Amino acid sequence: MQSHILSIILFTPLVGALVLLFVPKESKDAIRWIANIFALGGFLISLPLVPMFWAQRFEPGFKFLEGTPNNWIPSIGAGYNLGIDGISFLLIMLTTLLGWISILSSWTAIEIRVKEYYVWFLVLQTGMLGVFMALDFFLFFVFWEAMLVPMYLLIGIWGGPRKLYAAIKFFLYTLFGSVLMLLGILFLYFHHHTVTNPQVFTFSIPELYKTAPMIPFHYAIWLFVAFFIGFAIKVPMFPFHTWLPDAHVEAPTAGSVILAGVLLKMGTYGFVRFSLPFFPAVVSHPKVQSWMIGISLVGIIYGALVSLMQKDMKKLVAYSSVSHLGFCTLGIFALNSMGLSGSVLQQINHGISTGALFLIVGILYERRHTREIAEYGGISNVMPVYATITMIMFLSSMGLPLLNGFVGEFTILQGAFTANWRWAAWAAPGVVLAAAYLLWLYQRVFFGTVTNPKNEKLHDLTPREILTFAPLIIMALWIGLYPKPFFQILEQPVNQIVQTIHDNSNSNSNAAVNAQVAPAPSSRPKASN
Amino acid sequence: MVELTIFALGILLIDLMVPREWKWINAAGAFVGVLFAALCVWQIQSALPRGAAGFYNSLLVDRFAIYFWYLFLAGAAVAILMSVRYLDVEDEHHGEYYSLLLLSVVGMMCMAAGIDIVLIFIGLELMAISTYVLVGFLRRDRRSNEAALKYMLLGAFSSGIFAYGLSLFYGLSGGTNLVVIARAVSAPQNLHNPVVVIALLTTMTGLLFKIAAVPFHQWAPDAYEGAPTSITGFMSVAVKAAAWAMLLRILVFGLWPLRSVYTPVIVVVAIATMTGANFAALTQTNTKRLLAYSSIAHVGYMLLALVAMGTSQPGSPGFSDGFKGILIYLLVYTFMNLGAFAVITSLRQRNVIGDEIDDMAGLYRRAPVEAVLMLLFLLSLAGIPPAAGFLGKYYIFLSLIESGHYGLASLGVLYSLFGLYYYLKIANAMLMRAPMETERLPVSLGIRCAVGVTALATIVIGVYPEPFIRGVNWSLGIVQAPHVAAMVR
Repeated sequence: MQSHILSIILFTPLVGALVLLFVPKESKDAIRWIANIFALGGFLISLPLVPMFWAQRFEPGFKFLEGTPNNWIPSIGAGYNLGIDGISFLLIMLTTLLGWISILSSWTAIEIRVKEYYVWFLVLQTGMLGVFMALDFFLFFVFWEAMLVPMYLLIGIWGGPRKLYAAIKFFLYTLFGSVLMLLGILFLYFHHHTVTNPQVFTFSIPELYKTAPMIPFHYAIWLFVAFFIGFAIKVPMFPFHTWLPDAHVEAPTAGSVILAGVLLKMGTYGFVRFSLPFFPAVVSHPKVQSWMIGISLVGIIYGALVSLMQKDMKKLVAYSSVSHLGFCTLGIFALNSMGLSGSVLQQINHGISTGALFLIVGILYERRHTREIAEYGGISNVMPVYATITMIMFLSSMGLPLLNGFVGEFTILQGAFTANWRWAAWAAPGVVLAAAYLLWLYQRVFFGTVTNPKNEKLHDLTPREILTFAPLIIMALWIGLYPKPFFQILEQPVNQIVQTIHDNSNSNSNAAVNAQVAPAPSSRPKASN
Repeated sequence: MVELTIFALGILLIDLMVPREWKWINAAGAFVGVLFAALCVWQIQSALPRGAAGFYNSLLVDRFAIYFWYLFLAGAAVAILMSVRYLDVEDEHHGEYYSLLLLSVVGMMCMAAGIDIVLIFIGLELMAISTYVLVGFLRRDRRSNEAALKYMLLGAFSSGIFAYGLSLFYGLSGGTNLVVIARAVSAPQNLHNPVVVIALLTTMTGLLFKIAAVPFHQWAPDAYEGAPTSITGFMSVAVKAAAWAMLLRILVFGLWPLRSVYTPVIVVVAIATMTGANFAALTQTNTKRLLAYSSIAHVGYMLLALVAMGTSQPGSPGFSDGFKGILIYLLVYTFMNLGAFAVITSLRQRNVIGDEIDDMAGLYRRAPVEAVLMLLFLLSLAGIPPAAGFLGKYYIFLSLIESGHYGLASLGVLYSLFGLYYYLKIANAMLMRAPMETERLPVSLGIRCAVGVTALATIVIGVYPEPFIRGVNWSLGIVQAPHVAAMVR
């Protein structure tokens, strides 16, 4: 079973979707139960991966390999090739967990066209898992684009008042980046063919790792730009972020959770998996790196400032995503192992905390059908359990020590500081601003007396709703209190990437790159596991 | 071909004898004829592994021709399935329809296999005239009459210019066979010979008209909109494929030495086509017209592949991927476009024409399976994997990158975004708008089969394209090493 576990995890949601097709659409409860069983099943099936991966965490390369390069479409060179390393392993666990939580949270939120909703959601789940598992660029691209369709439908059918606008904006904007990325992929593929002897056509990513750094700089810079646009739109980085507020606000709650929790990570995953190892000379070029850092810093500060002024809770959380992911890209482009591992960990943290934030907003929205902050006040008097959970997740999001956000942000800032202290100096206010907008939001909504009579009869969280938060709180505490296992998992792939950059760096005087391969903060003994 | 002609004539006879309620026998006969013809093509393929020339070297039944013959027959078969109930509703169910359909396929087969300009022209005219009549088949509908008239006049005009160009080539070479013409124009001084250039340009005018490239596309939106929807579907795939076969035969097999002259022209035409069609499609409210402009846009992408071919050496990756790209594009295009038109055809009921986007509103309630499959076709047309349409775009952009045309490649991908917007307009209406009526849409068996077959093809070719790519490789004579990871080009 080990040899096929990735495929099993990948296709369980799709099987669930196919099973749902045969359930008559009138039996809504049956549909909900079946969907939830498959979603939970998908998560439980991914759990055996944990001990198996843990045992192999220090071994180099991709694990749980399935398939061989070029076995799917030999005439093109595309293969059904799956495999994971530490980075994708964490993201896959996040995806299966958030997928289940989102489906669970939709129980009462979706009343129309229930069957279609769960079918598309499960298809989306498969698409997301495929992106993280694919070791073949063609396969990766298929999943990357295929995943846009269910998301578009989820926003467009079950979304808010401006759903049509938001859905099509999301689709077109993201597709724009994707097609430019396609051109980059094709160039890499063709280049591999021209430099290999005997000439080989393949899309296999490990193979392309070997030849991509050889691309001459003046071509590589354009390829980097092509990939950058594709990933920067997904992350989203300023100034390609304008689709995010619309998509997030108009999407149904579960859609926002999965959009923020997983889909945004694909952009940063793309940077880590592709941009950095493929174009190390370009990435380590001081000018390029400065631009990337600059955009990240703008994202952090701008995202936070705009969040501060929002009147709609969901939009506030949406812009906070821009700010948080600015930290992640800051960590990536610091190009050292601390920044990179901090960035990946922070991506997981963001998935957990922002996923929870959207759930929190969704809870209130389901009860009162408004997200205006002014409509609320003193909610903690009426819904104490909810207020407590909200406080925990807010603290996690703003990076309070003992919770997960602190570990990620601190490591990223450490990495940025090692590269160039000014970068860290500019990023640090982002932490303060995060506290500002989150605490101010909490104060306005929860503290004080109940200002709006409509809020007096709100009922507190149901057990199902508490269940959607429980895993997130557990993970937030776990990562916050004991992040060592996570850093150990990330150590090997992160060091590999940093090594590639160092080997191919074109400016040895770049202090940022030279301050790398520092031991990750795991303090593991040098001996093997 | 002969079999099809016999079947066509047979249908005319049967039609005289058959009462009104049994008119579907004509369709059945036509369908059987198409299947029988496919069987005969298969026999030819097995019997002549290396192809053969016939009719005094005017016909070359090589693998290229056989590939297109299969394509035409597939298109005709699905079109016949779509037509039966549609013609009933329109009250124009005559046997001549199926006869003309079969005869136009005969013309197409001549165009694909012909290497003598006279035979190509005969095939072209046979196909065109049959199609003119088919476009105007709804005698009592003004739009249909207008469409047919426009198509015929413009078509005749362009055929005349085309014939003029071909006659100039005859004059230059002393022969009508493409091989002879190729030899005659291959002398380097011919590139500057004004007669050659004029001959080339006039010939290309005719070719570009038939594939509906800008600026020779004006007939297409009107013809597509006015024609009976099943014929629109047939025209947009089979006629287009035949026109491309003819274009490839003439420009690549015949006039290859002149590629340095015609490739720049194709670049301009390709850019104009993509631009004009994509912009025009953005504002359309009639689904048939929108798909007509989308057809023209797809032609623009295929012309880009032709550019890649024209600027590469034969045998280089740019050339073979471009060539493969055009052929694969036509294959996937046949199925996805026919599928989309089949769904539009099913909307035609007794009291509603059904070809506006508003008519598709709320289709998810009235015909959920058709709505989802239509979404599949639209996504495939936009080039979203894993639907088959992505494969065509993949090869075209690959060939552009391999031949170094990065700017054109970027332009091409950006224009495909436009495509997504207008395809999603239809999808939005179908899936997200409230329906105007909620009762089930009755869909005939024929259309269900048509939609089913095309959807299956779209999914299968998208998810497992290997056998189809091998088929295209075979048809172009590209050798593949058995080694899985390497490919000899």
